[in-house]
Amino acid sequence: MNLYKYASPATFYPLAGKMIPFFAITSAILFAAGLYWGFFIAPTDFQQKDAYRIIFIHVPAAWMAMLLYVLMAAYAGIGWAFNARLSSMMASAIAPTGTLFTLISLVTGALWGKPTWGTYWVWDARMTSTLILFFLFIGFISLQSAIDDPRRADRAGAVLALVGVINVPIIYFSVQWWNTLHQGATIRMLGKPTIAAPMLTALLIMLAACWLYSVAVVLIRLRCIILEREQNASRFAEVGV
Amino acid sequence: MLRWIVWRDLMLAWRRRADMLSTVFFFVIVVSLFPFGIGPETELLRKIAPGVVWVAALLASMLSLSRMFANDYQDGTLEQLLLTPQPLYLVVLGKTLAHWIVAEVPLVLIAPLVGAQFDLSNETLALLFVSLLVGTPVLSLIGSVGAALTLGLRGGGVLISILVLPLYIPALIFGAGAVEASIMGLSPAPHLYLLGAFAIVSAIFSPWAAAAGLRISLE
Repeated sequence: MNLYKYASPATFYPLAGKMIPFFAITSAILFAAGLYWGFFIAPTDFQQKDAYRIIFIHVPAAWMAMLLYVLMAAYAGIGWAFNARLSSMMASAIAPTGTLFTLISLVTGALWGKPTWGTYWVWDARMTSTLILFFLFIGFISLQSAIDDPRRADRAGAVLALVGVINVPIIYFSVQWWNTLHQGATIRMLGKPTIAAPMLTALLIMLAACWLYSVAVVLIRLRCIILEREQNASRFAEVGV
Repeated sequence: MLRWIVWRDLMLAWRRRADMLSTVFFFVIVVSLFPFGIGPETELLRKIAPGVVWVAALLASMLSLSRMFANDYQDGTLEQLLLTPQPLYLVVLGKTLAHWIVAEVPLVLIAPLVGAQFDLSNETLALLFVSLLVGTPVLSLIGSVGAALTLGLRGGGVLISILVLPLYIPALIFGAGAVEASIMGLSPAPHLYLLGAFAIVSAIFSPWAAAAGLRISLE
């Protein structure tokens, strides 16, 4: 079996169509299970009471945000280096989902901060670097949408995403040093318990759900991008675009 | 080749002195706006001065970034430069160096004067000068990538700031951090070393990325 044939948008399009229901349904089931587990089965925290339960959305979203940025840059880089159209389309399809997860992790973080830290926002190293990640996603999307020629948009996006990937660790560490140099001891993670087994289970279920959700949504968006760009190819004429 | 590019860009900039001066005045005006917004309390102003000067330098250098390749792109010189047998890396490095001399060095020179408005001590002013001197090459270098990628796009000026400003954050942190550390009686050296390291790393990677960006934009 030749896997490389799926690098062509024309053959990947129907395959993606077959995979989407599987990922979407599994993700919905896992979301239901994870949320039920997180909100009803996991025990109430000793110090934070029920406020901590936002962790089940916050932490998976933050993980996904970082992961999706690296994935996006990797796809964009592969698309640029090997001239693989599908890979570049994949990068463009990932960007909005990554932005969404970054935004979710910022918003849930702020809502979690209010009852536990007493403030919506602290210039904590992690929060600041997540905010910068959000800016980088926005930059990628706005650069691509400013360029009309899709091939140029793909390559320019790839350069930007790769520069961002080199910079993310630098930004992360600089923000950490900036914070610790000036504030000394922060209230970061104060009173966070070592995580109990039921909580961890719920967290992992939610993480899997977010993964599958991302795959499903990215594939749907990828199909739209393929249709948009390849509408002149005879193969897609039958779809009626 | 490198010297020729730098010399040519400097001559061009000299023929259009007004562009250079407007950047400097923008810098001075932005820094002077802060006391109006915050109030004339000396204590507070002294505290925020390093950050204010650095942020103003960041914004002022954004202004001239979009011009880095735009004029050569419009009259076709850039295409000729791409066709020369010399590596594009050198061309970009030369243009970045020229941009630094034209747009950033005047800011560095005038920064102590502007900082004096905030009642900083002489020692702090000298350090502000040094931190800007080490840090501003980073602004030109990373900015060249943004300028190359947004070449010839509509709304390029706004777009370039969205792309480049988040990447400037480390330079801002260490640059302003060095001055703040000295105000608080700590050694500014670690900040300056890190800033210098960041400048060297971006001097290696940025011209390469900007050259790739130019090839993409000029296809």
